[in-house]
Amino acid sequence: MSLLLNGLAASNGIAIAPAYLLVGSDLSIQKQHTNDKDHEVSRLHDSFAFSRQELRVIRDHAHQRLGQRAATVVDTQLAMLNDPALLAAIMDQIKGAGFTAEWAVKVVTDRYLNIFEHQNDNDYLQARGTAMRDVAKRLLSHLLAIDLPDPLQLDHRAIIVAKNVTPTDTAQFSRRYVAGLVTDGGGRTSHFTIMSRTLSLPAVVATKDATAKINNGDLLIVDGIHGKVIVRPSEEELEHYRLLAGQFAREQEAWGALRDQQTISTDGRHFEVAANVGTLADLEDARKNGAEGIGLLRTEFLYMNQAALPDEAQQFTAYKQFVSTMNEQRVVARTLDIGGDKRLGMVPLPQEANPYLGFRAIRVGLAKPEILRPQLRALLRVSVYGRLAIMFPMVATIEEFRQARAILDEEKDKLVAAGVAVADNVEVGMMLEIPAVAMMADLFAPEVDFFSIGSNDLIQYLFAADRGNARVAYLYQELHPAVLRTVKRVIDAAHAEGKWVGMCGEMAGSPLATPLLMGMGLDEFSMRSSQILRIRALIKKLNTRHLQPLVHRALAAKTAPEVTELVKEFIPELKDE
Amino acid sequence: MEKRDFTITAETGIHARPATILVQTASKFSSDVTLSYEGKSVNLKSIMGVMSLGVGQNANVTITASGDDEKEALDAVAETMKKEGLTD
Repeated sequence: MSLLLNGLAASNGIAIAPAYLLVGSDLSIQKQHTNDKDHEVSRLHDSFAFSRQELRVIRDHAHQRLGQRAATVVDTQLAMLNDPALLAAIMDQIKGAGFTAEWAVKVVTDRYLNIFEHQNDNDYLQARGTAMRDVAKRLLSHLLAIDLPDPLQLDHRAIIVAKNVTPTDTAQFSRRYVAGLVTDGGGRTSHFTIMSRTLSLPAVVATKDATAKINNGDLLIVDGIHGKVIVRPSEEELEHYRLLAGQFAREQEAWGALRDQQTISTDGRHFEVAANVGTLADLEDARKNGAEGIGLLRTEFLYMNQAALPDEAQQFTAYKQFVSTMNEQRVVARTLDIGGDKRLGMVPLPQEANPYLGFRAIRVGLAKPEILRPQLRALLRVSVYGRLAIMFPMVATIEEFRQARAILDEEKDKLVAAGVAVADNVEVGMMLEIPAVAMMADLFAPEVDFFSIGSNDLIQYLFAADRGNARVAYLYQELHPAVLRTVKRVIDAAHAEGKWVGMCGEMAGSPLATPLLMGMGLDEFSMRSSQILRIRALIKKLNTRHLQPLVHRALAAKTAPEVTELVKEFIPELKDE
Repeated sequence: MEKRDFTITAETGIHARPATILVQTASKFSSDVTLSYEGKSVNLKSIMGVMSLGVGQNANVTITASGDDEKEALDAVAETMKKEGLTD
């Protein structure tokens, strides 16, 4: 008998493969004494030997796929297992106190954890605790003969089933074997959701209890189009989903014909459909999907997995590839956006109670100009190789924008004075993510060249709800009239000053939002590349003038479901969205 | 016996990564290498020892090496500390 789980449709497509559970096994143990100390000592030695062996394999995998830095994380655990002091302390608990090997491991590792936790508690020193806990888990897994899940050891096509997935976990996935993703938690804009879209990996998130209901090896169907997971499907269900998968593939093919076309509505208005990119692989995807520009170049990739900050020359080389590849099409580069849930090893940030409301993005950039200035110089230097725009993330006040812009102008003057060529048509704008800025949009508009609405954060801040928290994720409502009114206000304010407005959050690639955004006059839609052709196909069928009554009624609606109904009523082809 | 004082300037202190690399470096030599901080001394070849000290930013530490290759050992450790950004 098959079992149906519902969740959020996070990433399009259908996957059929066995489950691979990525959850902590139950390694709980009781305090116990032994009568056979020699036997316990020999079990302990074996658990050390097996653990070392496993970690060496994991270290080599990490080294090959992710580089030396990732391998060092595993080296720390290996060094612990190779440290005679750790082994001796555990042996003492067996020989002296007469504990079983399991309990002796627990006593000693808890003691170290206690020491670590009572010292200096910066993030970095906490990594010691993580390593100690992982070592304890591995030793116990051997003593108890329970397998630990390990994504690096995945060697067949499988669907990852997990409570939540950290960016570190996803870094360990092999693209060859991971066929899909199912999680208990998360929302449409969690990091792993976005990652699965980038990789075109079918995913269903926020199922609440998939990890409790799915066993390792269960055959699964992941329907990332409708947000369904079918556990141990029947033959009929398999048949049905193979058909759906075929249909999906054909649809993709039809959209492919639109690749080299411009996005023009039936009444002749041109909308720019651009791509969000963060790596060179994304840039390739953007080109393949016919992006008309890059609406968001995330520059964080340059800083990931690096020992030191990238210097100006490294940044110049990297940005140049994006700008020159896109040629005459605009590339909007966002300056470093760290903080919130994005942390970097080489830029230590304080531990904060509310990171999303804390020291992040341009706030870091303005406080640490040694990071911002070289980045701006590198960007300005590539401006002559194509059409560049620069935007600052998370600007909250006009003073912040002026300050950032002044730094940019200063660096530009210095470059020009030094005889370096800088294009004079570099547009300078900002992300619009903070409700306070939307309220002041008419006064910001004369100061900026453009706004790019970061809808993910904007919606979170409008509803004071964390999009990654499954309990409150329902409050993240793209089509809520409050969101639409905010967006309308920003577009009207910008247009009154002759400035353009883009959107680079998930909402920009959401078909149900498209007619509303078109009707309100959004100029640029920037999205993950896999969504571009679908949105282009939709825009090409619509007439902005005919959409005005829809916009009017949506702005006057009271709830998001009302807006959804209105959109579906106006545009019947969206009824299944 | 070779002996040298260092001030840890890294904001992050001797966290997991540099501790691992320091232990790997010290373990290449036959000399005994010790790390002392606030009156406590630990074997620099023991990661549990190094981690237990919890050396944070601005800590003054002393490293001693004694044995046949004490000079080389201390030089290598000093170089690793610098390369890992622990000292200026």
